[in-house]
Amino acid sequence: MVLVFVETENGKVRKAGLEAVHFGYLTSQKMGLPCHALILGEGADASSLGLYGATTVHQISSNHFNRFDNQVFSDAIAKVAQHLAASVVVLSHSANGKSLIGQVAYHLGAGSVSAVIEIPETENGFIVKKGVFSSKALVKMEITSPIKVISVQGNAIQLNVVGTEITVKPLEIPLVDPKIDVISVDKLQSNVAPLPEAERVVSGGRGLKGPENWGILEDLAQALNATTACSRPVADSDWRPHHEHVGQTGIAIRPNLYIAIGISGAIQHLAGVNNSKTIVVINKDPEAPFFKAANYGVVGDLFEVVPRLTAAIKSLNE
Amino acid sequence: MKLLVCISKTPDTTAKIAFNGDHTTLETAGITFIMNPYDEWYALVKAIEIQETWGGTVSVLHVGPSENDAIIRKALAIGASDAFRIDAEAVSADQAAFQMATFIEKHGFDIIFTGKETIDYNGAEVGGRMAAQLSLPFISFASHLEMESENEAVIKRDIEGGTETLKVKTPFIISAAKGMAEQRIPNMKGIMTSKSKPLQVIQPEAYQPKVKVVQHELPPAKKSVQYINPENMTELARLLREEAKVI
Repeated sequence: MVLVFVETENGKVRKAGLEAVHFGYLTSQKMGLPCHALILGEGADASSLGLYGATTVHQISSNHFNRFDNQVFSDAIAKVAQHLAASVVVLSHSANGKSLIGQVAYHLGAGSVSAVIEIPETENGFIVKKGVFSSKALVKMEITSPIKVISVQGNAIQLNVVGTEITVKPLEIPLVDPKIDVISVDKLQSNVAPLPEAERVVSGGRGLKGPENWGILEDLAQALNATTACSRPVADSDWRPHHEHVGQTGIAIRPNLYIAIGISGAIQHLAGVNNSKTIVVINKDPEAPFFKAANYGVVGDLFEVVPRLTAAIKSLNE
Repeated sequence: MKLLVCISKTPDTTAKIAFNGDHTTLETAGITFIMNPYDEWYALVKAIEIQETWGGTVSVLHVGPSENDAIIRKALAIGASDAFRIDAEAVSADQAAFQMATFIEKHGFDIIFTGKETIDYNGAEVGGRMAAQLSLPFISFASHLEMESENEAVIKRDIEGGTETLKVKTPFIISAAKGMAEQRIPNMKGIMTSKSKPLQVIQPEAYQPKVKVVQHELPPAKKSVQYINPENMTELARLLREEAKVI
């Protein structure tokens, strides 16, 4: 069986969870195995998981899962995988998923590969593909252990409704006690997707000349329902908060649309964004290296070009 | 306090990546190797800061052959007290984690630091694997750490769209992200003393890696850029909708 651990938040399945389920489903189809999902905690609506291919969802209700403690979660996931004799365990490559994969794999005596971007090749061994060297290359890796643990890179696969009936099965297993005491979780109040999950990102660099000029970028982001980001020098100068920094040492992203405004495109920045499906570069310097990585380039004064683009998108939306 | 920092060797962040004939190994000609930036800038410096306040020692641990000693010496020059090198080529996350956790099991440390991931295989798996083997709490992507006392820390970690604040008692394993500390450049005195600091070579345990590299690929070349007249953003909006289909 392929077992997918599904991340939930405030009683809702996260997008990363849906992607993991669909990834698990496509893998299970290839291997001729059933695809089951696992939800840890109460209240989450599991019906959407059937749409993307899971036939059964196992649910453990316990207040141990009210706060995220990766030791408690990874222990439970491994025990369920053992209980169900799963041969493939699929996680999301999210902040929480990254802290789970090594532990789940160790408990299962399994080999693991994180941030997988394509459905595994299963004809001759179990071979997965992922980005390496901060997206400057790709690698195919074979997991040689009997059980395989993988995590799925966000925005790597297309979600398609396959519409399976889903059965919810409550499950009870012994749990370990949390050793971490979560004091608070502070989420930015935002109507748009957080950067790692965002489908559209508008990003600014030093070309904007100062934090007071971010209004034009935010207007464009709003028109596109996009998340805002920035280059490293901008975050280092405290023009923008650090969590907006995308690039090799910041967050690596792969949205459908990345609009780079006033960013020259240093190799470290490109490493974090060059997996974006479509890249638009707006820069007054025609020699900016970023143009080489762009699908669409606009050589011009961003202070004129960006409001013009915002207006064009608004009229397209009307 | 007894602090340990696990360090890894990676190509420099500006390195152009290429592979040898059958694409199984990295072409190392022309590549400068460095200490993984997350290990150096954040994990190591934070450990040294804690040692400066609370006393004790900062040890560094590395899995790799003797040619990697330069990276270990750099960690000693920045301020680590002593070093251990497990004499094996690091071939996979499970193998490196197993070797290091087995060493840690024998020696015992209060806090074990790693970087949030290496910038070569970007797996972020080693910390969690060691935590499971050692039954220790694992705090990943920590951007801030404050010791409340010698055996309790308050830590902030990055999560999607925000931060989480938590308390944990030692011993624990932590993976360090940006924000934990500021990069330190080794000074002349550090470089001089690093040469005489102890570097012990440890023989690896027998272990069969569970993952192997089949082949590397370079990303497909992008189609060349299509330039749009800066006066005509209506055209760009149209292309994004009709050609790229992203809005």
